[in-house]
Amino acid sequence: MPGRFKVPGIPSSEITPESVYLRRRQFIQAAGAIAAPGVLGLSAGASAAYVPGETALEYAPAAKGPLGYYTDEALTPRRDAASYNNFYEFGTGKTDPAAYAHEMTVDPWSIEVDGEVAKPGKLHLEDILSRYPLEERIYRLRCVEAWSMVIPWVGFPLSALLAEFQPTSKARYVAFRTLYRKGEMRGTRSFTSSLDWPYREGLRLDEAMHPLTLLAVGNYGKTLPNQHGAPLRLVVPWKYGYKSIKSIVRITLTEKQPATSWNMSQPREYGFYSNVNPNVDHPRWSQKHERRLPGSLFKPNRIETLMFNGYEEQVASLYAGMDLKKHY
Amino acid sequence: MNKLLKPAVFAASLMPFAWLLYGAFAGGLGPDPAKTVILQTGEWALRFLLLTLAVSPLRRISGWYWPMRLRRMLGLFAFFYACVHLASFCQFYTGWDAGRLLEELAERPYITVGALAWVLLLPLAITSTHAMQRRLGRNWRRLHRLVYPALLLACVHLAWQVRSDYGEALVYGVFAALLLGYRWFAGRRSRQ
Repeated sequence: MPGRFKVPGIPSSEITPESVYLRRRQFIQAAGAIAAPGVLGLSAGASAAYVPGETALEYAPAAKGPLGYYTDEALTPRRDAASYNNFYEFGTGKTDPAAYAHEMTVDPWSIEVDGEVAKPGKLHLEDILSRYPLEERIYRLRCVEAWSMVIPWVGFPLSALLAEFQPTSKARYVAFRTLYRKGEMRGTRSFTSSLDWPYREGLRLDEAMHPLTLLAVGNYGKTLPNQHGAPLRLVVPWKYGYKSIKSIVRITLTEKQPATSWNMSQPREYGFYSNVNPNVDHPRWSQKHERRLPGSLFKPNRIETLMFNGYEEQVASLYAGMDLKKHY
Repeated sequence: MNKLLKPAVFAASLMPFAWLLYGAFAGGLGPDPAKTVILQTGEWALRFLLLTLAVSPLRRISGWYWPMRLRRMLGLFAFFYACVHLASFCQFYTGWDAGRLLEELAERPYITVGALAWVLLLPLAITSTHAMQRRLGRNWRRLHRLVYPALLLACVHLAWQVRSDYGEALVYGVFAALLLGYRWFAGRRSRQ
């Protein structure tokens, strides 16, 4: 990996006016250019069709074993996972993201990596999809609202990307930002929301470098549907779902702990760490149990919540000596 | 028209329940049907409560009498949806386990507030018949003022659950404030 990254030149998306490139998708569709979804992954180039939620990916199957990359628990059906989401940029209802996230343009897309890195730069969607070998990870997803799912993600470890940009010795945290495009995100136009946009999240550098921390470009074998955070999102399986920030446009390495959206909105309810922890209740509700979805009216599927969402063996050492009641 | 009013409103008021019932069997309530049922029935209970309380201001302002004929039924529908709401919570979130129920009540204060609203509505539903109205006389009106704190508790129950966007809670709160405010002003004027 090291040494393969070269500073990109000026991409076309930087010299094309935004209003024009945001219409590119429509233009391509009108031209009938996306006749058949090609296979991205190793072979992807700028010419491969990228369709969120539709394009098949090439990836290695989830490795079984003690690393936590795989679970044999029943997968949440794709349809259920794609119709029940929290993505407040598109509304606070669970079905709002599925209904409105298609309004977001995800191609072209690029991520800026800056802050405490030796080689700040920009990565384009095509580069991301072609540069990193993709693998599947089957993770439990535990929402702070006490429901959970089991989802097969496709992506690559965040550590692979960070290593290329070479964090400096001052880098101690990683800050992430979601796209903020008011015209395409109706939830951000609400006058009564207490969340401040763009959505921000953050990790400690050692959490970010942990092998379980994944940058996902797909799930269920295909590119991410927009409501899951296309084209690229974070997945941190031992933390509450809102830490796994969606549709990332910027990654900044910092010396100080970065501000995070839910923590800014309700500091008593949402801490910086937000590790899944059945012993620390949310001030308004219990975190001891969760509803594994899909549930049915006749079988509620209520199960006990596990410490670090069941990844205790893999991540507990990150928090050795810390009072997790204080650092919730 | 006169004869059809009550049955028509009765049928319309049952529609949300019928829709949920249909969804439950046809699988149209999404991956978390328990939550859908609980949210929907809770919202309908609050809506019917507001409708019930809108009846007498509407009668006074418009001079029409027909809304009064619907008040009892609307109030009972509010109680009906509150009962389904509470029963769904007990069934789907606690499995009728008393220990679990007490744990939820202790750990989630907004549930206690909602349960209290239901408790206040219970005697109103029981005394809603003509016979009870006659038997209680003047006390019937006094007793039925419990609907005001019940409405306030229901609004608190909703607002307390807001995660980031208080728009919906605000809309219900404004309607509740208008209906309660109207009574306060009307009461003051009649005392003067």
